Amino acid sequence: MKALRSSKYESFPLADGARVCVIGGGPAGSLTAFFLLKIADRIGTSLEVDIYEPKNFGACGPRACNMCGGIVSESLVQLLAVEGINLPPELVQQGIDSYVLHTDGKEVKIRTPLNEMRIAALFRASGPSDAEPGRIAGLDSFLLDLACSLGARHVETSVTKVTRRDDLPLVIDSKGEQKSYQLVVGAVGINKKGMQLFKELGLMYREPRTTRTAVMELRLGRDSVSKYLGSSMHVFLLDIPGFEFAAIIPKGEYATVCVLGDDVDKALVTRFMQTDEVRGCLPESFSAEQIVCRCMPRINVGGARNIFDDRVVIVGDFGVTRLYKDGIGAAYRTAKACAVTALFHGVSGEDFRRHYWSTPRRIEWDNFLGKLLFSGSFFFRKLAFLRAAMFAMTAREQKTLTTKPRMSMILWNMFTGSTPYQDVLRQGLMPGFLSRFVLYCVSSLGGLSGRTALTEKKKS
Amino acid sequence: MRIGAMGKIYPDGSEIVKQGEVGNSMYIVQKGEVEVVYSDGERQIVLSVLGPGDVFGDMALFTKSPRSATVRAKDQAIVLTIDKQGFLKRVHEDPSFAFLILKQMSERILKLDEEVSRLKGASVSSQTEKMTNIQSGM
Repeated sequence: MKALRSSKYESFPLADGARVCVIGGGPAGSLTAFFLLKIADRIGTSLEVDIYEPKNFGACGPRACNMCGGIVSESLVQLLAVEGINLPPELVQQGIDSYVLHTDGKEVKIRTPLNEMRIAALFRASGPSDAEPGRIAGLDSFLLDLACSLGARHVETSVTKVTRRDDLPLVIDSKGEQKSYQLVVGAVGINKKGMQLFKELGLMYREPRTTRTAVMELRLGRDSVSKYLGSSMHVFLLDIPGFEFAAIIPKGEYATVCVLGDDVDKALVTRFMQTDEVRGCLPESFSAEQIVCRCMPRINVGGARNIFDDRVVIVGDFGVTRLYKDGIGAAYRTAKACAVTALFHGVSGEDFRRHYWSTPRRIEWDNFLGKLLFSGSFFFRKLAFLRAAMFAMTAREQKTLTTKPRMSMILWNMFTGSTPYQDVLRQGLMPGFLSRFVLYCVSSLGGLSGRTALTEKKKS
Repeated sequence: MRIGAMGKIYPDGSEIVKQGEVGNSMYIVQKGEVEVVYSDGERQIVLSVLGPGDVFGDMALFTKSPRSATVRAKDQAIVLTIDKQGFLKRVHEDPSFAFLILKQMSERILKLDEEVSRLKGASVSSQTEKMTNIQSGM
């Protein structure tokens, strides 16, 4: 990922009364506006912030939804709370306090260390297609309202062109209205039209690498969700070609299914849903008619290039996001870094290179390590003895509640995205962990599994 | 546990932090109220009542001193735990992250200053009254 380098460093501070345009009202855009206004107020600067977002997040289904699993990680829940953003109970469809790992027809539950609800499962819009509009509160609407409560103006039209006039970015919307700004922030997500706007601006922006995922909402009813899924997120390690990772997330009367892999398609999703492990998590009476909403969004798996220039910066998925996990956390970090840079340093390309770029670059580096970890998970999917060893070690840790549940913590951190991948890698390379894991592998190869606390679930 | 609430549910009267213990977490009230109670061995003094969005236990993140008071749930309260390590790591990455904590600490100091002034003022008044009574009695 490169930045355009200015031949001489010129800083453009955001003066009192400056106008900022945020294109995209999802988490990255709303949080950028929120932090710009919050920090500006602290330092006694007034800003005019416009958020261009044509979607009505209060509606239901894919047309209103920004399509993701809808998980706010453990670390992000805490970070937002410290920033003064407490997720209200009506927003959180389910507080998650554990993970259940399913593999080889078996399952093991991994609990949070502190026995409290620290992961939030929620909807991005007002719920799946069949939900009653307005009944379910969504994250995107909450964050957009939060930004507006500080003075941001929600412009409910789309932007059709961004150009420059007298060195300032000029934004033209679908109604033909034109307005110049001191700063334009791109927060459009993985969106072809949005990306084209910034290419036409002369940013030399290059799109991120993406892959297709699958997200489905199953209407199971509250009782079934409680009975079959509880307050756990269910994750699956299965040997299916093209399959990387999948999760089923309880959310009130619904369950969200997310399937990640190498360009996921309908055939892979069908194969996944038909496995014994998945069928064991759903009622026996479950039928395809209960899939009330589905989409196959593309996600960012490799950072974009040239994500800033004079008076223009890109945040969130549109630029760089965490690999497979904690996308909303990455949106928060890039949004905050953008706001801090703009207010305390300036909005020239060089300002962003010196003070903003380190944040997306840190995420990119961590993603590289994450790719190594996910590449390593390939061996676990393919080699039964590795899976058995991992499973046995986790089960024993959870049964005996050892003071150093090393495997449980590694799996927890991988599943939740709560810690950087470099911390997971470091935990995995610790001699104490490796030596114990090797012993479990030897035991697994020898076929000894008597001391584990496995719960075998077979479809009757 | 309650669907939709982040954190842990503490029943009425249950202690979240205990005076004298060394802590490594701070807490943010999500729902309900908690009481901050100081004990001098003989009596318990309620110093303050905190509600949603209020932070407590934050001093443990910056010092290694024992908890200066007990905090317990008043009726049922839901409280989110903030890990020290995660907090300090984030502050290192982004110093402005600590702003809200500093703001609440400043507000707490202001309240304490007002309380001390009020107590000192009351003390001076009673001493003056005593002296006046003595003089008039002479």
